[in-house]
Amino acid sequence: MRHVISVLVENRPGVLSRISGLFSARGYNIESLSVGETEEDGTARMTIVVEGDDWILEQINKQLNKLIDVIKVTDMTGDSFIDRELLLIKVNSSPTVRSEIVEIVNIFRAKIVDISPKTLTVEVTGSEPKVKAIIGMLKPFGIKEMVRTGKIAIGREFVGKV
Amino acid sequence: MSKKGAEIIIDILRCEGVKDLFGIPGGAVIDIFDMLYDADINFYLMRHEQAAAHAADGYARATGKVGVCIATSGPGATNLVTGIATAYMDSIPLVALTGQVATKLIGNDAFQEADTTGITRPITKHNYLVRTADELPRILKEAFYLARTGRPGPVLVDLPKDVQQGETNEKYPDKIELRSYKPTLWGHPGQIKKLANAIKHSKRPVIYAGGGVISSGASEELRELAIKAKIPVTTTLMGLGVFPETHPLSLKMLGMHGTQYANYAIMEADLLIAIGARFDDRVTGKVEEFAPKAKIAHIDIDPSSIRKNVNVDIPVVGDVKNVLSELNKILQPGDTSEWLKQIEQWKRDYPLTYREDGNLKPQYIIEQIYEVTKGKAIITTEVGQNQMWAAQFYKFTKPRTFLSSGGLGTMGYGFPAALGAQVACPDHIVFDVAGDGSFQMNIQELATAVNNNLPVKIAILNNGYLGMVRQWQEMFYNKRYSGVCLAGDYECVEKHTDSSGKQPLMLLNFVKIAEAYGAVGIRVTEKKQVREALEEALAIPKPVVLDFHIEPEENVFPMVPAGASLNQMIGGLA
Repeated sequence: MRHVISVLVENRPGVLSRISGLFSARGYNIESLSVGETEEDGTARMTIVVEGDDWILEQINKQLNKLIDVIKVTDMTGDSFIDRELLLIKVNSSPTVRSEIVEIVNIFRAKIVDISPKTLTVEVTGSEPKVKAIIGMLKPFGIKEMVRTGKIAIGREFVGKV
Repeated sequence: MSKKGAEIIIDILRCEGVKDLFGIPGGAVIDIFDMLYDADINFYLMRHEQAAAHAADGYARATGKVGVCIATSGPGATNLVTGIATAYMDSIPLVALTGQVATKLIGNDAFQEADTTGITRPITKHNYLVRTADELPRILKEAFYLARTGRPGPVLVDLPKDVQQGETNEKYPDKIELRSYKPTLWGHPGQIKKLANAIKHSKRPVIYAGGGVISSGASEELRELAIKAKIPVTTTLMGLGVFPETHPLSLKMLGMHGTQYANYAIMEADLLIAIGARFDDRVTGKVEEFAPKAKIAHIDIDPSSIRKNVNVDIPVVGDVKNVLSELNKILQPGDTSEWLKQIEQWKRDYPLTYREDGNLKPQYIIEQIYEVTKGKAIITTEVGQNQMWAAQFYKFTKPRTFLSSGGLGTMGYGFPAALGAQVACPDHIVFDVAGDGSFQMNIQELATAVNNNLPVKIAILNNGYLGMVRQWQEMFYNKRYSGVCLAGDYECVEKHTDSSGKQPLMLLNFVKIAEAYGAVGIRVTEKKQVREALEEALAIPKPVVLDFHIEPEENVFPMVPAGASLNQMIGGLA
């Protein structure tokens, strides 16, 4: 099963290497990893997507906690959380198909951020299925280049009944 | 008043109570050595950095204090690596100080530059690259704190040359603030109660104690638990000495070369209490069939050790000493009398033994070392057959008296570790039980031993082979002795055996080597000379190399083949 793990770390030199080293040394596979600063100076948050059974996840959780620079580990999976990913995608686009692409972009509430005589560059944010869907829709035009941030996630605050 | 970085480093060693330091100088640590010149710290100049790390490790294992070693940048640091990894696998508190090129040169492929923190990241509990002299006091204090607390381990501090030369007003901090590091010291009372309850209802309990009991200093509490509740105790290699092997409840060591009765007890137990142990593959054999009838309780300070290899029914995270003293307060013994009878029977039926045929047997030598030292020596070992014979045939009764590379299995560990132990315990007899292969991996430390007047005794169980590999080749590879003959040829047996078929002829002359270094060498080729040679060695206040020419193809038994279940032991005497 896929898990989304959120790791709060001391933002120190080498911390990314400690985390990635832990995964490679123990043979766990990272599907995606994104890092950025947080609301608090000197800390960073990593969102790691990893595949594994409960046994492996328990070990990942414990091993991460064992690292001196790791402050908190949260496995978001199972709880209610919001996740997003940013995609920048450069698509082949001759003037004849341009309007067709623009239509797709609008439907997905994405944005065109650059244009050239032969290409369009699109910015997409959203959950993974949405990102996958727009990639699928744009593929037939020819994808020149594409870059994804990997998933970031945050827990939902509202937990009461409606 | 500001101080130089190098001065701060020496100050902190003093604050941390470090009196002995092992290492080798070099360009990138020369400023520290300049300060050391006037400092009240005994520096032991080793002949290889690997040995410096092992000596600091031996010092730490013999005392429980943090061992400290120092090396220069680049090759000095990379030579430490094996020693650091050895300490990491066995959770030994160590601080390694390494020189580094000046910060402005880092990354430029400067002379003697290596990415030391990068290289040692997976083999240290934590490591630091110090960037300014201002960070030094905090980092060094943290380094010692991390090394000795929680699950102990090695911490490396990489010290660029300009940091050592730089000035700072920062002081050694009073307190440590590490919000991300808070080891769980006290076990959960509910879990301890559950464990007490399981003990009360168990008919066939076994305690399986490891190195964590030693690092926690909990052998008294363990003894109380075992004796009060009448539970037999088996230990891992790392745990030897936590429970007296002379006690009737002792099952000695378990696992691949453990006693048959310990392994049978594991297979039949209804409750297995693992304490400060980590279910290593050399202990469990085929892990699916380990302790198949038992409910498993596991006490460990490191939560990641629990449920790593086996499923655990009653996990207790906490410092072993605390957990056991809480457990002992509420302990109610179960009825184990039938079980103890069964164990007595196994002990009678399957004793730890070897064939006496008049030849010089390694097991006999170990027994004699036990006799002449009255069981009070600190024993270090190399790795392989010598290590297993020492573990099997010496009766360990006190913690911190058996120092051996358990996890990493580092050949060349025992001799430098013996030097570190001798520095820490000058009044003890320190014996390195060695093989002729592994002793040669740090044989140059004879110079260190002689120069510093460290009177360790080295008992080489000399069989002319890398014996443990040869044993596997004999048993599982159809006697194809590939690359194991120390006489220099894999057709060793045919070519170099004398007419009586007893000895390879091209054995190294360890006696002359010892003498060349200024130590004493004694060769022993017959059983009847053993006792006298050992007594002679003990009477000489110098390092002594005892070269025992043992039966070349003696094997270590019993043995559980790798990956087999513990009850599939090969007994050996048949």
